[in-house]
Amino acid sequence: MLTVMELYQLLPKTNCKKCGESTCMAFAVALLSRKRKIAECTPILEENFKKQREKLEALLLPTAGAEETGMIVHTELCTGCGNCVVACPVDVANDPKGAAIGRAPSNDKVIFKVVEGKVVASNIKECRRFGKNRVLCYACIDPCPTGAIEFV
Amino acid sequence: MVTCTGCALLCDDIEVVVENNRIKETRNACRRGAARMKGCVNRLIPSIYQKPSDIDSSIKKAAEILKNAKSPMLFGWSNSTCEAQVKGIGLARKLNAIIDDTSSFCQGILIEKVLQKKFRTCSLEDVRNRADVLIYWGSDAQDSQPRHLSRFSYFPRGETRQRGYEEDRVAIAIDVRESNTAKICKGHFYRIPLKGDREFILALIDALSGKVPSYDTKKILELAGILKKAEFGAIFAGIGLTYSIKEDLVVLLTLVDLLPNFHIMPMVGHYNMRGFNENLFRETGFVNRVKFDGNVNHEDKYSILEVLKEKRTDALLVIGGDPLSSLPGTVVKHLSAIPVICIDPCATLTSKIAVVTIPCAVSGVESDGTAVRMDGETVKLSKVMENNYLSDEKILTRLMRAI
Repeated sequence: MLTVMELYQLLPKTNCKKCGESTCMAFAVALLSRKRKIAECTPILEENFKKQREKLEALLLPTAGAEETGMIVHTELCTGCGNCVVACPVDVANDPKGAAIGRAPSNDKVIFKVVEGKVVASNIKECRRFGKNRVLCYACIDPCPTGAIEFV
Repeated sequence: MVTCTGCALLCDDIEVVVENNRIKETRNACRRGAARMKGCVNRLIPSIYQKPSDIDSSIKKAAEILKNAKSPMLFGWSNSTCEAQVKGIGLARKLNAIIDDTSSFCQGILIEKVLQKKFRTCSLEDVRNRADVLIYWGSDAQDSQPRHLSRFSYFPRGETRQRGYEEDRVAIAIDVRESNTAKICKGHFYRIPLKGDREFILALIDALSGKVPSYDTKKILELAGILKKAEFGAIFAGIGLTYSIKEDLVVLLTLVDLLPNFHIMPMVGHYNMRGFNENLFRETGFVNRVKFDGNVNHEDKYSILEVLKEKRTDALLVIGGDPLSSLPGTVVKHLSAIPVICIDPCATLTSKIAVVTIPCAVSGVESDGTAVRMDGETVKLSKVMENNYLSDEKILTRLMRAI
């Protein structure tokens, strides 16, 4: 899992404030939570920071496809078993006659669906990790033996 | 809603999007099911002696080979519909042939005991609604029947198990390796050495009858405690367990006698293996390894392995199976010496050496029928799209007529 310090070490560490943040550390935090992009740090785009920039881009690459909650579904690992579909507490609450009892989801309010043998996440705003009252929910990660679901 | 024929769970809640007579998208099916429904990469073409022909002459040639054979054998059947299986048994009767299916080196022995009512069994709906202790024994359901845990056993909420896996259910894995199922069972994974099932059962029997088990004492006592408290338990017996105790099934019977709330369910792989076992059981009283000669003979020497090893057949019809890739090399050597007829939707290793190949429709997608789920429930298969391929049943009917 990526940490703030790893990102901070690769930034220019000059606290130039050109990005609008007060320190490079604050920028690293914003970068990790995907509120800002690398290009917003103008000094790092210069030639002498080229190596650091490439490293930073490589570090942030796996998080590129993440949803707003930070969820990534690694489709190459997913077997489409549907454990997450049934285990997700939001799916259970929104679809008590479908996903909750192991059947195929019967409405569109569910977060997880299996399409083409792989799980697809939608309605991400319903996720318990989203919004003001978010909680650190692990209900979809725990039942996945292949590790196909990850939060970044 | 379509029924998936990817494994013996026969999930009947699959949605498909058909475009230009091809399945464009599958929903709710696992990866295994999705691949099965999308059809083959290499479709089989009708051929005689490796030369392309048409389906009529292929069937004619196949009939000729079977008619002239002294001791023909019909093998496969686990991927055919019940209707085709019944026709196949009729064909074997007419030809005085040996008939066997993949269960003879799979779960046949356990299914036989279930059909003879020696084991208590239950339906998957019972498991979903009532089961609180689930034992995956020598079975990796997560990989072999991917939707088993999510659709029936561990994760769903049932009528009397409203809190589902979080509080109401305990999943236990007993296996020789940490399979994906064992990863889900986490704290309740019991690793045993290869062929250690018998010793494990004996230790468990000791613990359940109040003695101190001689083997892994603390863990076995803990497990026995969980089993004793179970209100409705299910043992999902996988092929690992069956292989390990096939000579001594009595120990499993003794264990089940000590656990009155437990039910045994053989974990079947192919979608209609149980169907074949039930159909043959109904007609002959045996689940596999049968030779017809006016009477019904059932002996171990009529299993596909023994027949090929001892060169007891002179023509083999393979339907929906691939013995060349699933049996050991030393056994399949005999296949090169006899004419092989292959009926399958896809090109397989066996079809490559076959003298006659007859392509058929993919059952459950291109042809309809019925199949039997792993718990004995009959499920209807639906035809999703139109096509020119003959179903297994039609091919066998024409074969029968030609003979």
